[in-house]
This record gives sequence, C-alpha cells and structure tokens, in this order.
Amino acid sequence: MMNLVLQTALSDTGNWIANIFFYIIAAVAVVAALKMVTTNNVVHASLYLLVVLSAVAATYVILGAEFAAATQVLVYLGAIMVLLLFGVMLTRAKIGAETDLDYDQRWIGALVATALGAVMMYSLWEGFGDVTMPAEQVPQRTEAVADEIFSTYIVPFEALSVLLLAALIGAVVVARRD
Amino acid sequence: MFLNQFLFLAAILFCIGVYGVLTRKNGVLVLMSIELILNAVNINLVAFGAFHQHLSGQVFALFVIAVAAAEVGVGLAIVLLIYRNRRSINVAEANILKG
Amino acid sequence: MFLLAAEEAAANSWLYDNAWLIPALPALSFLLIIFFGKRLPNKGAEIGIAAVSAAFILAVLTTFTWMGDIRASFDKKEEAQVLTVDGEEAIAVVLTAEEGEVRGAPIINEVEWFGIGTDANRTTLGTEANGHGQPAGGEGETHADEEGHAEEKAFSISIGTWVDGQSVMMLFVVTFISLLVHIYSTEYVKGDRRYTHYFAFLSLFTASMLFMVLSSSTLQLIVGWELVGVCSFGLIGHWWEEKDNSDAALKAFLTNRVGDIGLLIGMTILYFAAGQSFSIKTINEMAVAGDISKGTLQIAALCLMAAVMSKSGQFILHTWLPDAMAGPTPVSALIHAATMVVAGVYMIGRLYPVFFVGFGIAGGTINVMAFIGGLTCVGGGLLAFVQRDLKKVLAYSTVSQLGYMVLALGMGAYTAGLFHLFTHAFFKACLFLGAGSVSHACHHSFDMKADMGGLRKYMPTTFATFMIGTAALAGLPPLAGFWSKDEILVGAGVWPGTEGNGTYTIPFIFGMLTAAMTAAYMTRAVWLTFFGDYRGHEEPHESPPRITVPLVILAFMAVVVGFFNMPKQFVEALRLPSRFALAFEHWVEPAGVATFVSKEANKFTHAKPSLSLAVVATGLALGAGFLVWNYYKRLYAMDPKATEYTNGLASRIPLLATGHKVLENKYYLDHLYTGVIAGGTKGPLARAANWTNQNILDGVVNLVGVTSVSIGRFVYRYIDQGVVDGAVNASGSAASSFGQLLRGMQSGQVRQYATLLFGAATVMVAVFIFAV
Repeated sequence: MMNLVLQTALSDTGNWIANIFFYIIAAVAVVAALKMVTTNNVVHASLYLLVVLSAVAATYVILGAEFAAATQVLVYLGAIMVLLLFGVMLTRAKIGAETDLDYDQRWIGALVATALGAVMMYSLWEGFGDVTMPAEQVPQRTEAVADEIFSTYIVPFEALSVLLLAALIGAVVVARRD
Repeated sequence: MFLNQFLFLAAILFCIGVYGVLTRKNGVLVLMSIELILNAVNINLVAFGAFHQHLSGQVFALFVIAVAAAEVGVGLAIVLLIYRNRRSINVAEANILKG
Repeated sequence: MFLLAAEEAAANSWLYDNAWLIPALPALSFLLIIFFGKRLPNKGAEIGIAAVSAAFILAVLTTFTWMGDIRASFDKKEEAQVLTVDGEEAIAVVLTAEEGEVRGAPIINEVEWFGIGTDANRTTLGTEANGHGQPAGGEGETHADEEGHAEEKAFSISIGTWVDGQSVMMLFVVTFISLLVHIYSTEYVKGDRRYTHYFAFLSLFTASMLFMVLSSSTLQLIVGWELVGVCSFGLIGHWWEEKDNSDAALKAFLTNRVGDIGLLIGMTILYFAAGQSFSIKTINEMAVAGDISKGTLQIAALCLMAAVMSKSGQFILHTWLPDAMAGPTPVSALIHAATMVVAGVYMIGRLYPVFFVGFGIAGGTINVMAFIGGLTCVGGGLLAFVQRDLKKVLAYSTVSQLGYMVLALGMGAYTAGLFHLFTHAFFKACLFLGAGSVSHACHHSFDMKADMGGLRKYMPTTFATFMIGTAALAGLPPLAGFWSKDEILVGAGVWPGTEGNGTYTIPFIFGMLTAAMTAAYMTRAVWLTFFGDYRGHEEPHESPPRITVPLVILAFMAVVVGFFNMPKQFVEALRLPSRFALAFEHWVEPAGVATFVSKEANKFTHAKPSLSLAVVATGLALGAGFLVWNYYKRLYAMDPKATEYTNGLASRIPLLATGHKVLENKYYLDHLYTGVIAGGTKGPLARAANWTNQNILDGVVNLVGVTSVSIGRFVYRYIDQGVVDGAVNASGSAASSFGQLLRGMQSGQVRQYATLLFGAATVMVAVFIFAV
C-alpha cells in the first residue's frame, strides 16, 4: 500500500496526483491539529493528535522518506500515543468534556502564535517562493539510511542511546513512589 | 511540487502547537502540543532532505523522533509526579518557582 | 631482578600488551562489590583487596620488566661485565650513556573505540601503525598491519594503553598505596554504615586513576580525569549526613569543573593543532618537531594549566583541597595526597613537550608554570603554620609540595618533578595514615591543640613512622624527600655549577624558602601532636596492626625510595655499582622528553648536582626546624599544657607584630637577667657568650617563629579568607540583588515563561528579517 502511494507520487504522471494527495493530507492535518488544541475533551484531543501524526507520516511517504514514515507510525502512533493515553488515564482525566482545560486569556496565545506564523510564513515566502522540488524524486531507501546512520552519524546515534537510557532511568526515578 | 507547500504545512502545525502550549492548562495536553511542534520540525527536516536529495534530513528526523520518545517519557513522569503531589495536573497551579 | 626481563623477553611483551588488566581488575571489583558486596562476610572489602593486590602484582611485574628492558637496551651500547652478586650472575652495566639517546620509547597498544567513515575510507584500528616501541620488540596483537592500509584518516577514536617509564612508575605508586589504604581502611572505617559503598568507591577510584595513567589519547585522559573527579566527590562526601562534608565534596567537584573547562579547551586546541588527532604521541611529536606553532602551544598549555591548578591544588584554585579533608582519612591519604591530586602533575609530564615548547622553558628565567608552582609552594607552606587541625597542616603541606612539583616541571627539571611526585606519594601517604592513626586514638579528633600532645608515649609505632615521614618531607638526608627536593633545587640552574634548563632565580628562591618552611611547620605539627603533655580527655591507645603495618611499610618506603635516583658523583664517592646512579631518571624519562634531547632547537638538559647546594638546603631545613623546636620547647618549659604564648594575641594582627616583638624582647630580657645572674660566677667571656646566646640567638628564634606565624595568619585570614572568599561573596550578592530586580517577572507560571519565550523569539526573528 505504502509502496503504491510512493510510486504513484513519484512517477512523472503521478506528480499532480501526489499534489492532490498532499493537499488533502495537509488539510486533514491542520484541521485535526486545530481541533486538538481547542477541544474540551482530553481523550478526543489525543485521538486528534493520532490523526495529525498519521497525516505527518503520510507526508513523509510523499517525500519519499519511507523509513521515517515507518518509524513515525511505530514510535509515535504506537508508543508515544499509548504513553500519552496512559498519562490521561493515570491522572484520572474525566472521560467526556471538561471545562477547565484552557487558560482564560487565550488571545495571548493566539496572538503570539499568529505573529509567529506570520513571521515564519513571510520569511518562507521570501526565501523559497518558487523553489520546486526536484522533478525526479528518488525514494530514500532504508538501506541507505542505515548506512548513513551507522557511519556518518554513529556518534550522535550512540549519544542518543545514552540519552534514551538516561531518560529511562530519569523517568523511573521521577515517577516511582517512595 | 513546491518546497514551500511542505514548509508552510510545517509552519502552520508549529504555530498550532505553540498555541496549544500557551493556552492549555492540562499537563498532558501541553505535552501533546509539544509533540505537534516536534512533528512540524520533522516535516521541515524531511522536506529539505528530499529537496537536497540527501539522507541527513531523514536521519535527523529519526533522531528527533527518538528524542521525542525520551521527552514524552520524562515529561509524563513529571506530570504524574505533579499529579501525585497536588491531585491535579493543572500547570497553572504548579507555580512554586514564583519569585 | 635484572635478569628477569633479559631472559624472558616473551613474557615482557605479554605484560606490556595486557597492561589494560591493571585498571580492569579494580573496575571489575567495583562492579562485584556494588552487586554482591553486602552479602559477603567482609562486606566486599575482600574483593577490593584481592583485586587491588592482583593489580599491584601485575604493576610490580611490569615495573621490573620495564627496568630490565631499559637495562637491556643499555646492554647493546655498553660493554657488559658479568659480575657475581649475591651468588647470582647479574649484568652490571656502566651507565655512562650520553644524553641524547632515545631510550625507553613508550609501548602503545590501541584498539579503536569507535570510528566514523564509510567502507571506503574506514580508518584502521588505532592511530599508531607501529605501536610497539623499542624494548618490547613488537609482538602481540597488532592492528594496523592486519587491516592492511591505513587509508586517509576519517574520524577515529582509539582507546589503549601507553606503557612507558612514567606510567609504569604511576602504576606502581597507585596500586601500592591503594593496596595499603584498602588494608588500613578495613580497620579505620570498621562498622561504618556505608562500608561496602566505601570500598566500591575505593576500587572505582583506583581503576579510574590507573585508566587515566595508561591513557594513550587525550580523550581517554579526559575520561579518566573526570572519573577520578567523580570518585573524589563520592569519597569526600562519604559522611554526607553532615552538611560540612557534603559542602566540601561539592566544593571540590565545582572547583575542579572550573579547571576542567581549561582542560577541554586545551585538549580541543591540541586536537586541531595536531591535525585532528587525539593521540598523545602524535601531539608530543608534533610539538617537538615544531609542527605546531609556538603560540598555539602556549595557549593550549595555559588552558591545560588551569586544569592542573584545579586538580593539583595550585594557588588560587587550591581552596578545595584542605576542605576535602572532610573525607575519611585513608581517602585523604590515597586521593588528596598520593595519587589523584598528582593527576595534574602527571598530565604535565605526559604532554611535557607541549608545555616545554609552549612556555619556552629552555633557557628561560620564569614562566607561568614555574611562577604558579612557586607561589603555591610558598603560600601553602605559610598556611600550614596556622592550622589547628593536623590533617589541614598536611593538606596545606600537600598543596605546597604539589607546587614544588609544578615548579620543578616549570623549570624544565622533568625527572626531578616526577621523582618528587614518586617520593612524595610515599611519605605523604605515611603522614596522612599516621594522622588517621592518631585521630583513631584520640577519638576521631584532628585538633592538635585541644586533643593531642605527648602522644609519643602512647603510640610509639605511629610516632616513629610519623617522624620518618616528617623527616622525609622536610628533606633531611638520606630520606626520600632529600633526594627529590635537592634535584628540584638543582634544576633551577641558579646555584653555581648546576647548569639547568635556564636560570630560574625567583622560582629557586621560592623553592629554598619552602624547603625551610616545610621543616618548620612540620616541626610545629609534630611538637603539638607528639610532644609536650597530653591535652585530650580519654586515654589514647596505639592503633591495631591493620593500621600500624601499612604505616611501617610506608615509612620504610619513605626511607628507601630516595636512593633510586642518587646523583652519579655520590654513587661514585660511595663506590657503589654505577647502576645505582640516576636509575629513576633512566627508567622514567620517556620518549617524549628523550626526543627533545636530539633536537637542537629544544635543548633539554639535565642539571648537574651540587654538594654545596645540598648542604645549604639541608642546613636551612634543619635550622628552621630547630628554631621552631626551640620556640615550643621554651613554651613547654613555661607551661606544659600551652600551645601558644598567652600574649600571642598581638601576633594575630600584623601591625602589632612590632609591638609584639618588643613584648617578647622584654620577656627575654628577663631570661637574660636570670641567665646573667645565674652565670654571675662565670667569667665575663662566659657572660658575654651567654648574653649572645640568650639575646641574639633566641631573639632570632623568636622573631622567625613569630613572623612566620603572623605572615601565615595574615595570608590565611586576608588573602585566603578575605580576598578569595570575598570575591566569591561579592559576586554572590551582586547576583542576588540583580535577582531581586528581576523577581517581578517570575510569576512561576510556566505559561507566562513560554509566552515570553515564543514572543521574544518572534520579535527577534522579525528583527532579523525586516531590519537586517
């Protein structure tokens, strides 16, 4: 399935199809993200996040980053979402709508976010206004990614493994009862 | 396809994430919004990787995913600790850093 | 022993190639103690002792092998005479090798830790294609040849062992003292609630120190350096329930971090300067050959100097060392006297070409290293005068002696500096363990004035060993300290006929002053502790054998280790076999310095020993000791329980010192009076002689005693406590008032912070986009 999408997206004729796919996915992602930050229900919010994360994974597929897409699904949708849902349950959030999820002055957040968005989009527009992606999109094979990680990026990779270990220990130490 | 269409999507998701971080009181929701921000960054990385036909974008996206996993783990542990101590995960109440 | 190596060449390279076992054993013991220690009958102490013993045996074997190899390398050049010594055939070599020969090249074994590069340009193991040096002959597992071609260098980090005279010497010292401290500790911390934890940390400390000693790359050196720092933190804070102790641990750790920044920067500079290499060998060779510019080396050396200042307790970063006495005494002996604190000195020795060229030591008159060393040895010595706490006297003495080592290295007296490190380790460990024994007897007090005095009657063994340690520290011949101190003083090249690397007049004066002061303050400490009357409450008692046996062994070492490096002339005068002359120098001087000799540009010379200098320095030490001795003897005659003169108040304020002197003189006039009256029947000549004796000699005695005490107090109170601490306090209060200003912004609300963060970021980005 993923391969099918990938090939369609990357073939010459499939360019516009990929475009259409992208805009649909982007629309879904933005709407779901907006719902996520505005909904009054914690469980719903996490489900919306699920949608956004899937949409991001689909974006990766369109960009030819198949391994990143697979990892996104495995780690984010599989692990992180479960973790977040555990968090929701362990803190005994209400199943259903809540009233007190937001600060009163939402406009401050909205203002900052809008200003930030405006600045970013302006600079993006200025910088990459009409830059197109390369016509011949080559999918970035997992094999090549593996080579890259275990040769050029071996030090960050090792550092990351230490970080994960530290986070593991840290999480246990912080959260255990004693 | 334009490079900008990916970058704009990323920028929008980023700002929505920022909005979420700034307005949400619930600790878990704040964490979710942070995930959104991280994902926006990842889209940027992957998009530039595809644009330059270079693998490093994807590799760094993978690193960010791993760091995000660690961050959620520790973040939730902190939220749980706050909940245990205060019976609430309202970050507005966690203000003992007040000067 | 000299035959051992010559005959078993095959075994030699095994020892060299497996030097990694020496740190690995204590490291393994650390893990075992942590996991299983509590369940064992002796709570883990036995594992530690066993592992360190094994490491010690290996280290001794390696040491002897090394010594034999050096001898064998001389054999090739010299006519060997076969003599019969003790019924055995031994090869006596006339050690007349001229300076200028490369000998004792390091044996380096490296494996790749991790490397970066694709298949095409993968670096082969290690950075040294031909790691094996001269004596070993180059067997063992080798690296680069198997992999074939060392292609263009991608990023590669190796971990390995570096065996040469310097590291072998340290292996011996560290394992030896660590073993004794382990044994001593079984008695000293008996019944402690964290007994197992204590031994685990001792093992870890030993392992990390050995790891650092054996490092073949700067990166490994840094790792070992930080590891010993962590262990030191853990052990100083062993009794962390008391806030003072945990504060001291923190202070040690944080002060060391200051220097570590210098270490990191310095090592990074060297990494890039040496063409992206962490290899100590490469760095040294490039420094010697002049491939790295002198300016770069100077900056790197200055940065590394900061690290040395913090780790080896040099002025002004020495403040943590006396505080570190909060740890258990065996730890003080092991870490803060004998081994860890010399890490900085060791590092200088390891990268000596960098310092030698960077500071332009050859032909100089003063440089940063020599100056800091000199300042430290005088400053530390003065502070040692005014301490009540026996351990603190020793701590400041350690500071002072470390300054001596750095001073020596700064003057180009490489061997002398390392030799002092070697001898100092033994007698200072002896003194510290002796202090521990005293405190063990006096119910865990270190206060010389309140709880000690007259202990020589109660603790004869401790007293005897402490006296030997003191004499060695004071540099009285023929004990260990004499030989090393003398070499340092000679190395200054100031005394006529010594011809050092330069003429370091100011450091030389510092060195002479310290030689006198050391004897003086140690006499004071010894008097207060062991002489006079006992001032404590309960009856003291001699310590059990597990404490006294290590003391006796160390005292023995303090007597003999000096003979390892006797000057040639001395050996000839005594008609000893010439192999005794400068043995240590031949064993220890590594390739790094040996290659110097061949370079005309970096002239590295050895100073010539001078009998007259030795006599003068010893005379100074004896004289200073005698003055202090007299001071206290007189005091004792006045009041057996007194520890200072009752009118000593005046001596506390420098301005009143003059008035104090007058007061003292009045008091001596009384003495003179009685002396004159008592000697009234004697002739005028006798009277005059008596007068001279009482007035002039005693006046001098008194004056010196009083002045040094007041200078010491002054330095301690105003410089140490006032300036240094004052600066700390001032920066603290400045930060505090600025904080008050900013307080309003701190609502404690995460959201507000986040809003500010993102808002500020937006504004900044906007500024960059629109305005720039």
